[in-house]
Amino acid sequence: MFSEYREVTRLAVKDAIGFPAITLLASMTGFGSLVHESGLPLTMAMAATAGIWGLPGQLTLVEMHVAGASAFFVILAVALANARFLPMVVSFMPLMRSRATRTGWMFLLVQMLSINSWAAGLRRFPQIAPELRQRYYIVFASICMVAGLIGTMVGFVGVGLMPRSIALGLIFMNPLFFAVLLAGVHSRTASVALLVGAPMGMLFHLIAPDLDLLLTGAFGGTLAFWISRRRPESEAAS
Amino acid sequence: MIDSPTTGLILLTLGAIGVTYLWRGMGVLFASRVSSDGAVFQWITCVSYAMLGGLIARMIFLPIGPLAQTPLIFRTMGFIAGLAVFFLLGRRILPAVFMGVATFIMLISYF
Repeated sequence: MFSEYREVTRLAVKDAIGFPAITLLASMTGFGSLVHESGLPLTMAMAATAGIWGLPGQLTLVEMHVAGASAFFVILAVALANARFLPMVVSFMPLMRSRATRTGWMFLLVQMLSINSWAAGLRRFPQIAPELRQRYYIVFASICMVAGLIGTMVGFVGVGLMPRSIALGLIFMNPLFFAVLLAGVHSRTASVALLVGAPMGMLFHLIAPDLDLLLTGAFGGTLAFWISRRRPESEAAS
Repeated sequence: MIDSPTTGLILLTLGAIGVTYLWRGMGVLFASRVSSDGAVFQWITCVSYAMLGGLIARMIFLPIGPLAQTPLIFRTMGFIAGLAVFFLLGRRILPAVFMGVATFIMLISYF
């Protein structure tokens, strides 16, 4: 059990610098170069990284805007792409709360939650004294955020200086990174939803490019939900 | 509706940030009250994963931006290379992404 302030800080730094920071640096470099290549400003890239802080939503924002979708549909699609934050926050915050925690403070801290800090918290919190968990989260998530912002800037500024093939490769990294990240998801429900959504996303894009993600979410998500409900016993077996 | 492209872009970005924060803020409000095992959350999770699956597939196979100028076969091969490395080398993300991107860059550079 880690119960000393400095010990927890060191642990958070050690956990964050390494894989999470590198992936964020790399994936946000891809995002930064996409924003630049789409002819949008650096301030938008930085604001999207810090403000949305979730690559799928950020990609949805840029991609749908560039595709010419109206603001209403872009924002609706971003909202849906980020809906996972609700269950993530609900499952995370109670673990971090101690008697000293003020709820108002939580509304601020929640902005820094991402898939990296969520996973790290769920893994480490049992080993950390409850009143120091918030400390761990703040240090870990801050390092992630800084890495993400540096990556965004490097990608945006760097893409113009790079050979064309490298620049295209960085943009290609966005969907590939997510494909690989999600291929590692162990939940059967999530895998079903991904596999149902992939062809639907392309189909709906050809039929109704404005609404493709919304239709994919509504139909694909509901179909996946229905499939996973119908066969709960095989989930227990797998 | 919107007079200048810059204002439109600022409003769009702020709107996107706002709706994202809505989920986070609601999460804090609900955290003490709602179970994340419930059917509603399971459905929301399904919807978000289906959208992610659709978004990824579209970005690789039907891209809109600069990737649209690259051949479909190179994108497909980069994608397959990345996934193959991921599953063959014990589900490590970094080498998988590296191999996929490297394959793609090599293909578009030399062919």
